[in-house]
Amino acid sequence: MSHTLSNLTVKVWRQDGPNAVGRFETHVIESITDEASFLEMLDVLNERLISQGKEAVVFDHDCREGICGTCSLMINGQAHGPQRATTTCQLHMRSFKSNDTIVIEPWRAGAFPIVKDLMVNRSAFDRIVESGGYITSPTGGAPDANLIPVPKPVADAAMDSAACIGCGACVAACPNGAANLFVGAKIAHLNLLPQGQAERYRRAEAMVDTMDEHFGSCTNHGECSAACPKEISLDVIALMNKDYRSAKFKNRKELSRN
Amino acid sequence: MTMLENRPTTNAKLNSKVPSGALSEKWDTFKANAKLVNPNNKRKFKVIVVGTGLAGASAAATLAELGYQVDAFTFHDSPRRAHSIAAQGGINAAKNYQGDGDSVSRLFTDTIKGGDFRSREANVYRLAQVSVNIIDQMVAQGVPFAREYGGLLDNRSFGGAQVSRTFYARGQTGQQLLLGAYQQLSRQIGLGGVRLFNRCELVDIVVIDGRAAGIVTRDLLTGQVTSHAAHAVVLATGGYGNVYFLSTNAMNCNVTAAWRAHRRGAYFANPCYTQIHPTCIPQADETQSKLTLMSESLRNDGRVWVPKNADETRPAHQIPEAERDYFLERLYPSYGNLAPRDISSRAAKRLVDKGQGVGPLKNGVYLDFSAAIARLGRNVVEERYGNLFEMYERIAGENPYDVPMRIYPATHYTMGGLWVDYELQTTIPGLYAAGEANFSDLGANRLGASALMQGLADGYFVLPYTISNGLAPLLNKSVPGVDHPEFKRVEAEARSRYEGYINVKGTRSPDYFHRELGKIIWDYCGMERDRNGLEKAISEIPALYDEFKKDLRVTGTGEGMNQTLEKAGRVDDFFQLGMLMCKDALAREESAGGHFRVEYQTDEGEAQRDDENFCHVAAWEWTGDANEATRHAEELSFETLQLATRSYK
Ligand SMILES: Cc1cc2nc3c(=O)[nH]c(=O)nc-3n(C[C@H](O)[C@H](O)[C@H](O)COP(=O)(O)OP(=O)(O)OC[C@H]3O[C@@H](n4cnc5c(N)ncnc54)[C@H](O)[C@@H]3O)c2cc1C
Ligand code: SF4
Ligand code: FES
Repeated sequence: MSHTLSNLTVKVWRQDGPNAVGRFETHVIESITDEASFLEMLDVLNERLISQGKEAVVFDHDCREGICGTCSLMINGQAHGPQRATTTCQLHMRSFKSNDTIVIEPWRAGAFPIVKDLMVNRSAFDRIVESGGYITSPTGGAPDANLIPVPKPVADAAMDSAACIGCGACVAACPNGAANLFVGAKIAHLNLLPQGQAERYRRAEAMVDTMDEHFGSCTNHGECSAACPKEISLDVIALMNKDYRSAKFKNRKELSRN
Repeated sequence: MTMLENRPTTNAKLNSKVPSGALSEKWDTFKANAKLVNPNNKRKFKVIVVGTGLAGASAAATLAELGYQVDAFTFHDSPRRAHSIAAQGGINAAKNYQGDGDSVSRLFTDTIKGGDFRSREANVYRLAQVSVNIIDQMVAQGVPFAREYGGLLDNRSFGGAQVSRTFYARGQTGQQLLLGAYQQLSRQIGLGGVRLFNRCELVDIVVIDGRAAGIVTRDLLTGQVTSHAAHAVVLATGGYGNVYFLSTNAMNCNVTAAWRAHRRGAYFANPCYTQIHPTCIPQADETQSKLTLMSESLRNDGRVWVPKNADETRPAHQIPEAERDYFLERLYPSYGNLAPRDISSRAAKRLVDKGQGVGPLKNGVYLDFSAAIARLGRNVVEERYGNLFEMYERIAGENPYDVPMRIYPATHYTMGGLWVDYELQTTIPGLYAAGEANFSDLGANRLGASALMQGLADGYFVLPYTISNGLAPLLNKSVPGVDHPEFKRVEAEARSRYEGYINVKGTRSPDYFHRELGKIIWDYCGMERDRNGLEKAISEIPALYDEFKKDLRVTGTGEGMNQTLEKAGRVDDFFQLGMLMCKDALAREESAGGHFRVEYQTDEGEAQRDDENFCHVAAWEWTGDANEATRHAEELSFETLQLATRSYK
């Protein structure tokens, strides 16, 4: 059954542009149904701002069903808010109580500069994938799909890692702004599969090196996995580190052979 | 309007260019005769691909692999966020890995029949043919499809088919396919074959001397309006389901690219063919911004029912079997809960309209897993649908392992779109449309798991051939650059359009108008349509549109990120499209697939086609006002299949 929440204080980060100075702006939401999603609460706020002739709060969102990875809010200091394994867009007002104060900030990380208000630029993730997060397989040359059997446990483990939505909560939650969980997830997805073996070590080296150009370094806090809406396991980081170490060795050998 | 006025004009531009010969040989014939561009010359050609969903990403990556210079555009921050990412259930292919009698011709037949005989036969046959290559390609890219214990690929069955031909990756098939295509595209971006323009929205198309010369874009970060010239332009910009405001589409899906192309001369085909998906979570309250789909695959194991008694107040589990109406099993015994989408949706609507709906607002029907859990065990059900169940619980606040889900139909997919010929070229030479943006091979209704198939077929296996065929004659000929006055003119028009939205300085937000428009379209051009309603919509929409032009309020400026301004441009185009949809629905005096005209139904309440008068594609030409568009027709003929009434009894 639905309930109505009243008197919510919303403190939202406003920042006009990447180099502008930001500030918190406080609004009171007098009443809202707890069936509303968190972003619908922001929609209501934005409608009100527009009707007052003010600029709407900028925030990233698209699918609103937890799969596109676009939404990205720090809610009361937690990436994607209080609910376990839940993106911001899937969070509902049921998670809050009347009279609560809700502090909303953008992801804060050196590699994710603020675009405006709550929106950040996460293109550094794309740069990492471009450097090696793929299996080279140009269109047209693929063999029959069932020629490459993949044991079910392997396919399942690859799928667990491939479930990453590229939201960046792991980076935002990390005290060092490291991207190891995101990169580990992609490396695990591809390096576990038989199709990914040919480029396994090249991929690990290229992706980790590109990651290091943009992001901070991992000191094993584990905050990333706790914040991850897709519950990507810390094991992917161990696999990435192992493959990276082997890569340094194997790739050097390969280079010396050429 | 009289029947006579409805009679479409035929038009020389609607040459489908279907190759001659037997259906099964047409595609081979085309490929054997298509003009090629030699590898060294390919880099002399620039191709613009707008959209990085399944259709766009696969096309951009493949064209770049072939050697063309590709510029890819998306309004998203990353190509990986395209709406394709949200597809849940699966993708069809005629692999016959289950040995259950599938074949190219069976997939072809199912798709034609599913589309209620309103699709172009040759395109559908080709789609079925290349479906098998898609699975090979995606597995090679590392898509972690579901596997059997022996390591071979697993399949499931989907609505409208009696074989298991659907490949899936848990409930995240679209995500995994898009990540595969995105990674392939990323490789090309890294190698320099593709230049990516992200957070960059197409706002117009430039046509010079009758040929697409390029596009005009608005950089969403800076508001800057810029021209881009190319030898060919591909629009892979998705569907227009958000015209209804509430739909299962992502919030930012819009019709702008296709609509602007339409205004520049591309015919818009069958806009009234929209698909309502039977299994979505019902609206909960008035702040609702979108509806969430529960994958149709759930109907494999869930049973749909409502209480027989409209005044029922007991919770589901206390209602005895005898007092439940498993209406799909009752009405369609051979397909049961897997009856096609339009049929299942209307069946649910009728019961809810009769007051038999369930839930606090009585606006849903039950989808019940208790029998499946008893038969298969909770583990198996969890394995198949675990993430969908979790998603449901997050949204509805109820646990579907314990209480049945509540579902109701919602707009989901649009079969209509830019008219294209066999080469996926629109009526503007040099302008191609792929994926959901074109009017699609899926006729008046698409079967589940066929949109992903069509998007990837277009991008990977059709466009690369047809674009070469189109470009070869242009070799070493000069094409207009962005300094051409027409580019400047279109740019200036776009700038003043966006300034115009800001300058109205009225009182209502773009979202307000979008919601109001959506209500009209849903009420009169939704699951069921009739003449009175459509005429009402056609008179109400222009009035609301006038109000939009006079009373819109966009705060902020045109420089820099302004989501309210972006929205205003999109809503403007939805208004015009909305009018055309209603006009198209009114002109099509028959029921077919997703287009259900109340006046045209059988005694049993099923869609009644009029093959004599309407076995054609309606392709609309822009004349300066959506309400005054001209209707043209491409006649459809069926060589191998007998036109038959769709029956899922
Ligand atoms: C919830 C849901 C579940 C679904 N499940 C299935 C399923 O199980 N099986 C199935 O076969 N189909 C399914 N579908 C349908 C299917 O997902 C879509 O039809 C298909 O993914 C569309 O792909 P696309 O490449 O044509 O477009 P999209 O993926 O929508 O991509 C459009 C692209 O165009 C860009 N774009 C659009 N306009 C502009 C512009 N003006 N300027 C710049 N860029 C622009 C966007 O940024 C985006 O990159 C589902 C759909 C929904 C809504
Ligand atoms: S690993 Fe988790 S938190 Fe990090 S980007 Fe992927 S889904 Fe988001
Ligand atoms: S908006 Fe797509 S994951 Fe939240």
